[in-house]
Amino acid sequence: MTENKISRRTFLKLFALSGVALGGVGSWLAQLLRAAPPASDGGAATFPAFTADASTTGRLVRAPAASPPAAPSSAAAAAPRRRWVMVIDLAKCDGCKECTNACNAMHFVPPGQEWIKVFENRDNEVAGAYWFPRPCMQCDNTPCAKVCPVGATSKREDGIVLIDQERCIGCRYCIAACPYQSRFFNWSEPPHTPAELAQPYSVEWNYPHRKGVVEKCLFCPALAREGKLPACAAACRMDAIYFGDQLEDAVTNHAGETVSFTQLIREKGGFRYMEDLGTEPRVWYLPPRDRVYPAPKG
Amino acid sequence: MFRQSSRKDILFEPLRSTGIGFYAFVVLLLAVIAWGAYAYYLQLRDGLVVTGLRDYVFWGIYMTNFVFFIGISHAGTLISAILRVTRAGWRRPITRMAEAITVFALMIGAPMIIIDMGHPERILNLLLYGRLQSPILWDLISITTYLTGSLMYLYLPMIPDLALCRDRLTDAPAWKQFMYRVLAMGWHGDEEQKRKLERGVAIMAVLIIPIAVSVHTVVSWIFGMTLRPGWHSTIFGPYFVVGAIFSGIASILIAMVIFRRVYHLEAYLEVKHFRNLGLLLLVMDLIYIYFTLSEYLTMLYGNERADQAVLQMLFGGDFALPFWAMVLGGFVLPALMLALPNLVRAPARARAPFPVLRPVAVAAAVAVLALITFAPRTSPTASLQVASLLPLLRLFSIVAALGGLFWLALPLMRAHPIATVVTASVLVNAAMWLKRYIIIVPTLYNPRIPIQNVPSWEWAHYAPTWVEWSITAGAFAAFILLYALFSKIFPIVSIWETFQVSQETLVSHETLVSQETLEHAPARVEARAAEGGANV
Repeated sequence: MTENKISRRTFLKLFALSGVALGGVGSWLAQLLRAAPPASDGGAATFPAFTADASTTGRLVRAPAASPPAAPSSAAAAAPRRRWVMVIDLAKCDGCKECTNACNAMHFVPPGQEWIKVFENRDNEVAGAYWFPRPCMQCDNTPCAKVCPVGATSKREDGIVLIDQERCIGCRYCIAACPYQSRFFNWSEPPHTPAELAQPYSVEWNYPHRKGVVEKCLFCPALAREGKLPACAAACRMDAIYFGDQLEDAVTNHAGETVSFTQLIREKGGFRYMEDLGTEPRVWYLPPRDRVYPAPKG
Repeated sequence: MFRQSSRKDILFEPLRSTGIGFYAFVVLLLAVIAWGAYAYYLQLRDGLVVTGLRDYVFWGIYMTNFVFFIGISHAGTLISAILRVTRAGWRRPITRMAEAITVFALMIGAPMIIIDMGHPERILNLLLYGRLQSPILWDLISITTYLTGSLMYLYLPMIPDLALCRDRLTDAPAWKQFMYRVLAMGWHGDEEQKRKLERGVAIMAVLIIPIAVSVHTVVSWIFGMTLRPGWHSTIFGPYFVVGAIFSGIASILIAMVIFRRVYHLEAYLEVKHFRNLGLLLLVMDLIYIYFTLSEYLTMLYGNERADQAVLQMLFGGDFALPFWAMVLGGFVLPALMLALPNLVRAPARARAPFPVLRPVAVAAAVAVLALITFAPRTSPTASLQVASLLPLLRLFSIVAALGGLFWLALPLMRAHPIATVVTASVLVNAAMWLKRYIIIVPTLYNPRIPIQNVPSWEWAHYAPTWVEWSITAGAFAAFILLYALFSKIFPIVSIWETFQVSQETLVSHETLVSQETLEHAPARVEARAAEGGANV
């Protein structure tokens, strides 16, 4: 046995080497797992560029800022040079749920699901209750896409998280990973309407719906490309939901009021829900103060 | 030479003859499996809506079964690999049945994930589009590696026994003889073969340990990598690994007592095997209690809002009954059962009246406590302080009553060590199944965003349906069936290892083949082993 013994010196060398190797692997892993870098000074040049669409393996790649955007595939082409963002003014939301209804109608949302759901939030005993619409947050550090075993859900360059329901295996791990409970599962074959069935399947609409796959809010990407507001924002008669392009720094609501996104967030104290989780959502909220409607009974 | 089998040739007996009882048992198991298959057919046809799962509680007893079966698969590694590496001689008669548990538990556990999937027919997507960043891929890789390794580790040490079957079971049906001949790979036990086999087995024993550790680690990481309260915990990896070994030992103990009784293996599976494994079970139990305390106390003390909601549900809410049943009945009670009969001195004969006094004393103590506790609450003499102490007293009296009962049962436990260890094992396995349920479901009841305005009660509550229970029953039946069939085709006790003279010297293949009856005489073998020297 003695001739096989590793000398102390060799052992120490090996130990140091493996330490270095582990460190390298670790930092590589950390880069791999982090979908978006921490936001720096803003501006187009430093923005994270995602190159993932339904035709790739869904791996989130942070492309160098200078590189051109990935060649878009027909159905899931991201809008070029766009970074969609939503702002919801909680001071305006009166909980009428018109957003939910409009969304449900436009997307033929299966029964039991509310892709944008209006919660009655109350942060503590003293503060009053307020209405809290929750769409998919389209996180930049995407917990759901991170865990998807087959890359069926992926982050697109324009910031939208899509689901390829022709690839989804229905394991529901993304539902487990989502802290916002924004994802739903089709437990049975959803009821169909002729209007829904007439459409060819597209990842930008996710219908015709089918059983055994995951569904969620998609930010109405096809409408955004045409320069239209998503169904929820277009239906909000309180003008509480703003939608727009962060690169252009402009968001618009139902009243047609277009404002600077950064100014709106900075001046009105905008925040993101559960910021401490580090998911970096693309949905911002304005605090529910100086409300223009009666607060929920809560 | 072996025209008729000797009654004493007990190890080959299950392979030679099969009674009507076995066939009846197999038919029963097949019926349960068929029922489960029918339930799965319904689930495939109608979707997962036939389960009690909905968008809030979206994982349920399928995942529980998955973690449970992967857990008991750790039986094989521990008994076989760890005890082989540490050269614990007493392991020999148990290794084969432990390794078989590993293989069959993996074969049943892994498909539970597929049963849980919305689109099981797309399983190949995991290979076509698999993303290494997903913990599910880690599980896929780790579990398939473990299954492959375990099959090799089951097969390699079985080669000499397969050759024995080939040479001794000459009156077996042709297909069996053919199978033994092929699988024995021309083993005739010469020095070269022995050397290679020992080497192969030794390598596999070392390799399989880290693989097994990785398996239950990545299973826990499926939960640990999410941001859910109650799952997002750094100790989940080791916690699950310890739990897996814990339930694995309990499973092997249950299997041992069944084989011992059914196949009359009393000469091979002795009290010492149960006692040794019982002590290992006790050690794992204590480590598991320690981990459980560490996990929940950290959550409780920090008292974050999200954690608090989960803990309240466990300690005093909807899951309090299964939770406390698990902790007290599945962790604490087995620990006492395994430890105390060994620690407490047996009462001396001289104190003859003691057995009579003992029940009387216990009954009196319980009665007094009950009287104090359940006395009318509005008693005028009871001051406020006493009233506020009542719940504590009540708890105390219940504990005292149970403690008294336990004390009464102590001599019984001492008289029946095997029954005691196996009862503890059954409690442990029931608790470990519950534990996985309690890890998965209460967390899903408490998402970070509140449950509000759900379409119906079922939407936010989970109650497993008959479909889920049927598939679960089918899975357990399939596991038992595979195990039972295995024991009818292959020797369930590793013959060549059990008859090993010492750590270095094997009984030659020729001797094992030519002996009229294989009769295990532990004393003689051990005496010879002592002469041989290096035995443990």
